[in-house]
Amino acid sequence: MKYFNKKIECMDRQSLKELQSVRLVRLVKYVYENVPVYRAKMDAISLKPSDIKGIDDISKLPFTTKQDLRDGYPFGLFASSKKDIVRIHASSGTTGKLTVVGYTKRDVDDWAECCARALVCAGMSKDSVVHVAYGYGLFTGGLGLHYGAEKLGAMTVPASGGNTARQILLLKDFKADALCCTPSYALYIADEMEKAGIKKEELSLKSGLFGAEPWSDNMRVEIENRLGIKAYDIYGLSEISGPGVAMDCSYQDGKHVFEDLFYPEIVDKDTLLPTKFGEEGELVFTTLNKQGMPLIRYRTRDICALTDAPCRCGRTHVRMTRVFGRTDDMLIIRGVNVFPSQIESVLMNNDQAVAPHYFITVDRVNMQDTIEIQVEVNEKSFSDEVKKLEALQKKLEHDLFTMIGISASVKLVSPNSLPRSEGKAKRVVDLRKPLQ
Amino acid sequence: MTVSQIAVFLENKKGRLSEMTKVLGNAGVDLIALTIADTKEFGIVRFITKDNEKVLSLLKENGYTATRTELLGVEVSDVPGGLHDVLRLLGDGGIEIEYLYSFARTYLKKAVILFKVGDNQKALKILKDGGAALIDNIFE
Repeated sequence: MKYFNKKIECMDRQSLKELQSVRLVRLVKYVYENVPVYRAKMDAISLKPSDIKGIDDISKLPFTTKQDLRDGYPFGLFASSKKDIVRIHASSGTTGKLTVVGYTKRDVDDWAECCARALVCAGMSKDSVVHVAYGYGLFTGGLGLHYGAEKLGAMTVPASGGNTARQILLLKDFKADALCCTPSYALYIADEMEKAGIKKEELSLKSGLFGAEPWSDNMRVEIENRLGIKAYDIYGLSEISGPGVAMDCSYQDGKHVFEDLFYPEIVDKDTLLPTKFGEEGELVFTTLNKQGMPLIRYRTRDICALTDAPCRCGRTHVRMTRVFGRTDDMLIIRGVNVFPSQIESVLMNNDQAVAPHYFITVDRVNMQDTIEIQVEVNEKSFSDEVKKLEALQKKLEHDLFTMIGISASVKLVSPNSLPRSEGKAKRVVDLRKPLQ
Repeated sequence: MTVSQIAVFLENKKGRLSEMTKVLGNAGVDLIALTIADTKEFGIVRFITKDNEKVLSLLKENGYTATRTELLGVEVSDVPGGLHDVLRLLGDGGIEIEYLYSFARTYLKKAVILFKVGDNQKALKILKDGGAALIDNIFE
């Protein structure tokens, strides 16, 4: 099985453009009529739905940002009424800062189709066994791949995250062909297999669909060697749908963006003006076919480039490079999106137990992301007893885990020991090597 | 009937203790007893001085986080079993000890034990009833 949907995936570019144009015109009219936020945005620049005649007019449309989603929390950007929404997902965040996404039945179907296409890109078919070790829940990773694998007709193993020893047992006994998880978790599984004396030959794995965090080519080589598989990069974000917005093909030379559903643009980081193919900038998506929560020109904050050069795999959809960085301060720690402001609000929540001074150090040890947060001890939290200070440390770590989902190590430091600066304080250092 | 102690937060890093003792030494602070509880990352330095108020503000001026704690002080004979006699009283009375340290007054053949307990009032009564020699002034 070479393609899941050959007609669409290999459609000639002219026909694809026509399809995109029809869908964009319909979409703009739809959001103008159903989403007050979009109506206001368009009215503000005197843009009428009828001004959008085809895909080339897309740059006339206003952008959508994560802030728009937060302002509209929870359902402000929904275009469908509640009776048509069948699924909710949300990105990690502190209360009130979640970004919530709603899907209609058709949206779930389209998304499943994307993940099915992605699985076929990774060499899977209905005869395959697909082990999904992304978390199931509000996070889109687990259910996204799950529905895709079922749509493909593969035997789907909803392992979800955690309990690595059991994961390895299932991979081995069920003879999984594909493993879906974050690349760092794939390496963790390899480590645990090594410790348990299980050889890669004892598994039947052929492919891995790894995403939710940026990873390097070096990491790809390491995963491929240690698990004896081909490692594919899968890209997605919950705002647009979830995993399966773009996917590596067997040539692993850029991820094909499923353009019939998600129209990608690269805009200049500073001017936000459209750029040419090959130029680096911020990736922007328009969800051409969504009903529940369609987004127009959503700024992903991810920096990458696009190419429309033909691909040897036969797919005609444009390819995106690796994500080189972000245009905001969002950190991705083992697949979890974290803003420093979220960490701050957890620390500050603790009854002023710590001074409003903290310093975040992100690093990568043995290919695993680590995050250490130094906080200054103050009069209020200080105790002459070690166990009370250790309890404070543990409580902060626990709160960070339950509220943001990160396993951080909290370190108590002396007052005034963390760097102060006038104006915007520098409170984050990311020591991870840039991705190649 | 308690003994005031000062506790200071220090990171467990080279030179941190001597930075603090320099501040104290320069200000002419006389340390009667000192102990350190350490973890891998930080330590709590606990000590007794004559003028706690002055030392507390001195430490704060120099950017340290410090706090004052009331300990129980008991004088025991500097003989085998001296400490045990007091601990038994507290143990039998159901008093939980957070930490303790002691110093000897060799010239008097006595030792002073300083206790941090959960409930000072209850512990004081138990010690008094048990005939322990409570002290609140260890500078004599």
